[in-house]
Amino acid sequence: MNPIQIDSPRPMGGRKISLASRVWNTPSLLVGGLMFAVLIGLAVFIPFISPYQPSEQNLSAFLQPPSSEHWLGTDQLGRDLFTRLIYAARTDLKIMVLAEIIPFCTGVFLGMLAGYYGKWLNTMISLLTDTLIAFPFYLIVIIVAFASGAGERGIYITFMLVGWIVFARVVKGLSASFREQEWVASAQTLGLPGVRIILRHLLPNVLPQAIVVLMTDMIGLLVAIVTLGYLGIGITPPTPDWGTMIADGRSFITTAWWLSAVPGLAVVYTGIALSLVGDGLADLWRKK
Amino acid sequence: MMRLSKTLNKSPGGTVSGSWLILAVVRALVVILCVMTAVFFIIRIVPGDPAKMILGEYSTPEAIQNMRHTLGLDLPLWEQFFRFVKTLFTQGDTGNSIISGTSTRALIAERAPVTLLLIGMACVLAVVVALLLAVLAATHKDQLADHLIRVIPTITLGMPVFWVGLLLILLFSVRLHWFPVGGIGEGWTGTLYSLTLPAITVAFSQIPTLVRSLRAQMLEVLESDFVVTLKAAGIPSRVVLFKHVLRNSALPTLMLLGVNISYLIGGTLVVEQVFGIKGIGSLLFSSIAKRDFPVIQGIALYCAVSVVIISLLIEIISWWLDPRTRGKQ
Repeated sequence: MNPIQIDSPRPMGGRKISLASRVWNTPSLLVGGLMFAVLIGLAVFIPFISPYQPSEQNLSAFLQPPSSEHWLGTDQLGRDLFTRLIYAARTDLKIMVLAEIIPFCTGVFLGMLAGYYGKWLNTMISLLTDTLIAFPFYLIVIIVAFASGAGERGIYITFMLVGWIVFARVVKGLSASFREQEWVASAQTLGLPGVRIILRHLLPNVLPQAIVVLMTDMIGLLVAIVTLGYLGIGITPPTPDWGTMIADGRSFITTAWWLSAVPGLAVVYTGIALSLVGDGLADLWRKK
Repeated sequence: MMRLSKTLNKSPGGTVSGSWLILAVVRALVVILCVMTAVFFIIRIVPGDPAKMILGEYSTPEAIQNMRHTLGLDLPLWEQFFRFVKTLFTQGDTGNSIISGTSTRALIAERAPVTLLLIGMACVLAVVVALLLAVLAATHKDQLADHLIRVIPTITLGMPVFWVGLLLILLFSVRLHWFPVGGIGEGWTGTLYSLTLPAITVAFSQIPTLVRSLRAQMLEVLESDFVVTLKAAGIPSRVVLFKHVLRNSALPTLMLLGVNISYLIGGTLVVEQVFGIKGIGSLLFSSIAKRDFPVIQGIALYCAVSVVIISLLIEIISWWLDPRTRGKQ
């Protein structure tokens, strides 16, 4: 089934060690993974780290600068900025991951179908992607999110509609190039059904590249979630979200600029972490 | 369509060019038709009743019925589509605004110039900066400058464009008082001046991807045989760089911009909101606030059709200028 393993001179045990050492020799994967782990750790353990609640108001201590009591200061309602920032990570990262599942699966599947079967199926799927891609990303995101109502549901619907395109395009190209190779031809000669070839042979080969694309795409999705929140058609208050936090801080940009700057930095931090993980995974699979 | 293009690529000769052009135009026209259909369905596929959204949660059933009638939503779907297509071809837009009664086309035409100017400025800025950075990185391969420039995309990929705009306002308008906080200035110079910061913001979101691809392109040219030959012939490397390498990078830059134009337009709409510029973006947001569906649809239609036409033009120009790109579509 898997000729690589049969031909491999390495003993089975050696594979694991080589994987660990390969990971160890990919610094971007390590650093990115660590950065992301720190964020997830904070988001999980924030109730034990912070004595404040994300929506707990204290009107006698509003717009305070950073201090030992409030690490990043407080906002216009006296809410602790650090606490809100980490609770917002819970909201935004959860939506980021959940909103990516269906588009990823749909995109990979349609891409494989279009690339493997080609012909009219490819023409149809290409026409669909060309049509959707003609709409500026933020235009379609804003319109669909608005039409399906603000809040989490709108975000999921939006990305179900437009998020799959990038995966379909990448996987289609890969699948089409694999189709020309001998191992697919031999599988066909053996009389294996198309579905089996796609799922057992094509899928494992396109998945690494698709996952690298997924990392970059998640950054774009996170930025889009935050942008929708900023524009008032994403996450609705009082749920903490980086986008609405930046929007709220806007009115105080002359006096308390960190209210808008810090949530943005959180997005940038997450972006760097995911970007490094993506680069690292690409390196890792290339070395193989 | 795909099969046709494959057989075309195989047959060399003069007749191919004409057929390729026709094929590209036909393809673009088909996509435009699909775009029109998508614009029709865009408010119909998502859950929720547009009439109810316009009137609000507490409207009476009669009022909703009347609004449905005004919008033509009470008609069968095929008749709605027929009406939509008819308006499209007779009026050239998606009907009149529910709020003001003005045609969508007029509303968009009124706001388009400032948006187009902003996009143009951002494009020029992005290309100039990206080319400079790419030259610097490619000529100093694996040196400090190259490493620094290669880190840029990793850092900037996760920067929300509206947040970059806010930071620029904070630094250059609030602190340094170099630029106005928002709005549009008087006259030509005033307009250009007040659009500088927004243009930098839009360009900022484009530069990372441009630099990454251009650097790779330029390295390929720098290591190609003809550049090695030119250098061996004793031509100064500066002349080689500016006369030959840059010229060979012009086309890839153009094609990259073509790929990114859709993203650029979307980013511009958001940036307009940050800087309070009365362009297409602010028309979109005010229409969303007023639930003015025909205008929203009109903006989507005009943006998408422009993207298809620009992509087609760039495809044709690059095909015309560089035979090597032929058949790569």
